Amino acid sequence: MEDRQVLDFEKPIVELQKKISDMKDFASGANLELSREIQSLESKLEKMRREIFSSLTRWQKVQLARHPRRPHTMDYIHLMTTDFLELHGDRCFADDKAIVGGFAMMDGKPLLIVGQQKGRDTKQNLYHNFGMPHPEGYRKALRLFKLAEKFSKPAVVLVDTPGAFPGIGAEERGQAEAIARNLREMSVLKVPVVVVIIGEGASGGALGIGIGDRIYMLQYAWYSVISPEGCAAILWRDAAQAPQAAESLKLSAEDLQELKIVDKIIEEPPGGAHNDPEIMALTLKSEILATLAELEQLPIDTLLQDRLNKFRRMGVYRE
Amino acid sequence: MDWFKKSKRGFTGSEKKEIPDGLWSKCPECGEIIYTRQLEQGFWVCPNCSYHFRIPSQKYLDMILDDGHLEECDLSLESRDPLKFKDSKKYPDRVKSAQAEAGMRDAVRAGMGKIGSVEISFAIMDFRFIGGSMGSVVGEAVARAIERSIERNVPLVILSCSGGARMQEGILSLMQMAKTSALLAVLAEKKIPYISVLTNPTTAGVMASYASLGDVVIAEPKALLGFAGPRVIQQTIGQDLPEGFQSSEFFLEKGFLDKIVGRSQLRETLILLLKYFQR
Ligand SMILES: [Zn+2]
Repeated sequence: MEDRQVLDFEKPIVELQKKISDMKDFASGANLELSREIQSLESKLEKMRREIFSSLTRWQKVQLARHPRRPHTMDYIHLMTTDFLELHGDRCFADDKAIVGGFAMMDGKPLLIVGQQKGRDTKQNLYHNFGMPHPEGYRKALRLFKLAEKFSKPAVVLVDTPGAFPGIGAEERGQAEAIARNLREMSVLKVPVVVVIIGEGASGGALGIGIGDRIYMLQYAWYSVISPEGCAAILWRDAAQAPQAAESLKLSAEDLQELKIVDKIIEEPPGGAHNDPEIMALTLKSEILATLAELEQLPIDTLLQDRLNKFRRMGVYRE
Repeated sequence: MDWFKKSKRGFTGSEKKEIPDGLWSKCPECGEIIYTRQLEQGFWVCPNCSYHFRIPSQKYLDMILDDGHLEECDLSLESRDPLKFKDSKKYPDRVKSAQAEAGMRDAVRAGMGKIGSVEISFAIMDFRFIGGSMGSVVGEAVARAIERSIERNVPLVILSCSGGARMQEGILSLMQMAKTSALLAVLAEKKIPYISVLTNPTTAGVMASYASLGDVVIAEPKALLGFAGPRVIQQTIGQDLPEGFQSSEFFLEKGFLDKIVGRSQLRETLILLLKYFQR
């Protein structure tokens, strides 16, 4: 494991993990009985991890959401589904690799799955544009949502983006229009839609595929109107104030549940999703399947009315 | 979200008052010195370069609506501070000083009015109030304006002027994009016309929701429009932006506007559009 793949607050945990595995190697090599020592270190590890993870700051959660080993959309697709058939292109301009989508089987159930895709190294990140979509990405997503509607398949959306891409081409091709259209069209899409924020949910770039009947968030994901860096650059005139901006923005899963934006927080494995992607994917899959089973009971008019009411209620004001 | 980014079109929060109160005014675009009375009579448009000075919402009401009359609704809507947001200033203090400065409760006014004797539901944003930014109050007022359109079966006209979603209300501001756009889907299903008018600036969260969703989208000349702020784009791509990038003229050329309409023609254009869409 490279050092850059370990966050500062993870270091004591990783060091202890290494110590335990060294001791195990040593014990088996030297044929020594060290199980009591190992057991005691393991319970110490458990305790340390609980302590560190029970008092994470919002900024630390942002770092977990961006963890270089955090599972991305394609990881979940591979872990949760079979027979994934990726579909490409917006039929207007291009195929945006920052958004992936297609049909797949989840425990034998056919559905559409769409999400932003980040890369794991520089080459992949350039290919996927760091998970920052252009208008053609939002238009591809909408094309796929309409396909799901046409053929009566539910849709699962995995949100993980540092934002819609701010560039010349993106503006020329109508970034704002593409996102706005998705907001309107997704709110009346006549199939169940489950949205899960799996990592970063930055602004309109996230919301642009984020309209559905249920909004779930992984425990250490974040979701806000702007990235902490962007907020800090504008309000503090200094991107280095991002940790403070993260606190101010109240962008954690717990915050969003309190503000009645997300319906459920999906718990991550001890140490975060990257510590056990298989368990994370299993948990997520069972939540998705249970939710779809519930939503599919509803007559379509009720589903749509509930979806409208859900977003209609959002906001805090006095009068 | 980039409501105080500077650009050469004079889009900056520090310049609170663009309307000059002296006898003579200087055009921020071409530098022409203009007699203020002449400017006022000419819809606050520079006679030399046709730069559209940014004007308060009341002046648009006077210009667009029959008798300049808006039967205002939801006047008591006021923002709260759900995030307990603090940067250099506490959010409630920021709201209070904006209220004092703009003489409004928040960045939008909405209600019923008439244009050429046609009854409409109307909402207008005001840049003087925290850069016209959209928080819960703006979202709610726009949502109710859409609902009045639906309930009374009358056309909807929204005039936007906003740097985007209001950061101090975090995720709640973002969700106003979803709330308003979802109601516009209902409006569209009822085949009720919606005309969106964009003024300088209309960007980010407002542009990426209701402002872009008109059956017809028209903009004032030379307005700054778009999703991302010019400075953010410049920093991201590390190169200078082309001349006229993100202007109304740019977006008309790229196919995202139906028409650019000068202020002096705005009312006449709206009257004609409403006539064509009347059932
Ligand atoms: Zn001029």
